[in-house]
Amino acid sequence: MKFNHGFFERHSIALLIGIVIVVSIGGLVEIAPLFFIENTIEKVDGIRPYTPLELAGRDIYIREGCYLCHSQMIRPLKDEVERYGHYSLAAESMYDHPFQWGSKRLGPDLSRVGGKYSDGWHRDHLINPRSLVPESIMPPYAFMADRPLDYHNIDAKMRALKVEGVPYTDEMIADAKADLNAQADIYSDGTKLKKHYGDKAAQRDFGGAAKVTEMDALVAYLQMLGTLVDFSKYHPERPGNNR
Amino acid sequence: MTATALKPRGAPGDVLAVIALSAVGLVWSLCAAAFADDGPFRIHAYVIMAASIASLVACVAGLADGRFVNRPDRYADDVIRAGVFASLFWGVVGMLVGVIIACQLAWPDLFYFPSAGWLNFGRLRPVHTSGVVFAFGGNVLLATSFYVVQRTCRARLFGGIAPWFVFWGYQLFIVLAASGYVMGITQGKEYAEPEWYTDIWLTIVWVIYLLVFLGTIWKRKEPHIYVANWFYLAFIVTIAVLHITNNLAVPISPFSSKSYDIFAGVQDALTQWWYGHNAVGFFLTAAFLAIMYYFIPKRAERPIYSYRLSIVHFWALIFIYIWAGPHHLHYTALPQWAQTLGMTFSVMLWMPSWGGMINGLMTLSGAWDKLRTDPVLRMLVAAVAFYGMATFEGPVMSIREVNALSHYTDWTIGHVHSGALGWVGFISFGAIYCMVPWLWKKQRMYSNALIEWHFWISTIGILLYITSMWVSGIMEGLMWREYTPQGFLAHTFVETVAAKHVEYVVRMAGGLMYLSGVLLMIYNVWRTIRGDAPEEVATSDLAYPANAVAAE
Repeated sequence: MKFNHGFFERHSIALLIGIVIVVSIGGLVEIAPLFFIENTIEKVDGIRPYTPLELAGRDIYIREGCYLCHSQMIRPLKDEVERYGHYSLAAESMYDHPFQWGSKRLGPDLSRVGGKYSDGWHRDHLINPRSLVPESIMPPYAFMADRPLDYHNIDAKMRALKVEGVPYTDEMIADAKADLNAQADIYSDGTKLKKHYGDKAAQRDFGGAAKVTEMDALVAYLQMLGTLVDFSKYHPERPGNNR
Repeated sequence: MTATALKPRGAPGDVLAVIALSAVGLVWSLCAAAFADDGPFRIHAYVIMAASIASLVACVAGLADGRFVNRPDRYADDVIRAGVFASLFWGVVGMLVGVIIACQLAWPDLFYFPSAGWLNFGRLRPVHTSGVVFAFGGNVLLATSFYVVQRTCRARLFGGIAPWFVFWGYQLFIVLAASGYVMGITQGKEYAEPEWYTDIWLTIVWVIYLLVFLGTIWKRKEPHIYVANWFYLAFIVTIAVLHITNNLAVPISPFSSKSYDIFAGVQDALTQWWYGHNAVGFFLTAAFLAIMYYFIPKRAERPIYSYRLSIVHFWALIFIYIWAGPHHLHYTALPQWAQTLGMTFSVMLWMPSWGGMINGLMTLSGAWDKLRTDPVLRMLVAAVAFYGMATFEGPVMSIREVNALSHYTDWTIGHVHSGALGWVGFISFGAIYCMVPWLWKKQRMYSNALIEWHFWISTIGILLYITSMWVSGIMEGLMWREYTPQGFLAHTFVETVAAKHVEYVVRMAGGLMYLSGVLLMIYNVWRTIRGDAPEEVATSDLAYPANAVAAE
């Protein structure tokens, strides 16, 4: 060997700098372009930020570690598309801080679970999964059913997300608590909610309990998963959608 | 300060620095407890408050007693002894939680409690993963790195009480992380679950760790930096880069436990798996290779097989590992060019990985007979063999077409555990069995027979674990994609869950055996430290003088 490695062995700072350079290259080449290459995220209609109630539900999803058993990423493989629905787009998680694609399916993929079951089914299933699916190994979440949702900081959450680039407007943040309550009660006035988040932000019938519970928020989140994009209008072959 | 025969410190800057940091911690935790936005954050504020007060009391009492004295003529071994205890303690905690969650998957009706949601799988699984990787593995690495860098540099640890700060600071990090998980404080990124304030704390501890390590190298009396220290250095530096980048987040308030990751969607996914895969590459591989490079030649009393191979595989390993992250995202919404790059480098990674394995195994040239008589050396060598197996399986699984089957299944879990139990666990146990007699000035471990039992019970446990996961993983992968002759999907999802029950019971048994082996080790270590070892010295068990091993 022409080059004398002894130099690195005698100079710790040279060794240190050498290590930093060598380990930086791969990450820079792979990750940095994702922020600049235009067609990394497809251009599709319908993607919107989470409503306050869905956001609160998503935080519960994260808190309980649901992502450890449920993926939210359908691969473009025949059996997956038939089992779960259209393969997942990058655009569908573009406002997900953090992403929840998951790495393991101890339970089924959830990226398109929205609308597949009724709110009541989800409620019963979360309280005791084995009451509906005897072979299930999912934990019970009965404690959520009566626990009031703590949403005193929902506007602070939306502000933090706005700083990170999620397009929440000041009006959405100001109306956050009202929107949250409106979405949880089907008999309330939902015009502002629809104005902020579109017609697909469905008001839900949680039985008219006095307080919004954690279960309500989680179900609202599950019921919107994968429902935003209208795939009858999505053309995977269009150049911008080629990844 | 009382005058002692030993030279008292002139200006104990390190102690004053720790006192200042503890005071800052105390003030911050008082504010945090007063203005906390949520209950769990307040509990963590009290934990930090208690730690700050304990640290202040220890520093002031130590100053008053004149306990902080310079002993440049001696190695700082007390902190390593503490590291051995911490490793064993967290090892049992992490593995016990692993057995519990394995039971939950095998018998959900018995091991879930509807009224105790904090005991659910989703909250305990991060306790298990962080517990074994960061708490057990991290403490092993702290202890062995402090041991190895002193011996190979022939210099006392740099920084006065800084090594103690690193040790206790790291324990505080573990307590904050694990207690946070069960209270529901998580960022929702695998293996990077701790929230923003815990991440900041770990960053502080880690930078001090780097300074202690580098400072000791600067004080060295050997001209060359020994190969093990290259690996430790790469591990410390790279983990710092990975940790900081992947944990960038915006807290919703300075006094809330909740933050939102700064990246989103596809960019976040690749950042996470760049981090996740290199937590494997640098935490669980490079750093434990450092253990291999010190303890195997030491125990076998043979020099490293090839100096040149160690250079080539060191640089190749750290260069290539960083690229491998995208293989966790095959067929996802990650652009295909990134997936292909990740797969290519993952396959290339096979070579430097086996370079390390060959260097470790061939070091036994001329000493293979010791495998018969010395179960500690056998454990170290079995670790390297498992390393070779896992680093072959990894590149295979990173191939897109194989990954289409293996991804999302138990095969991945089995793969991780053949690396974690076989490689990381065994090389750690081997190092601990070596270090305990050396550190406590004993001739040998209390019982060789118990080490034999540990070796065999754990080896069989690992085999049960990984074979059951191969079977269940490949089975569920095939069932998911199976079609009936009429062209319908053959199985509902839950049928594939029910089919894995027997494998889950076998996996639990394997994990339990592995945990039992660690309990045997703890008993053995305890009896050794108490001085219960018999007087007769078996030839294979001689305590070795703590001299440096030259690179060549």
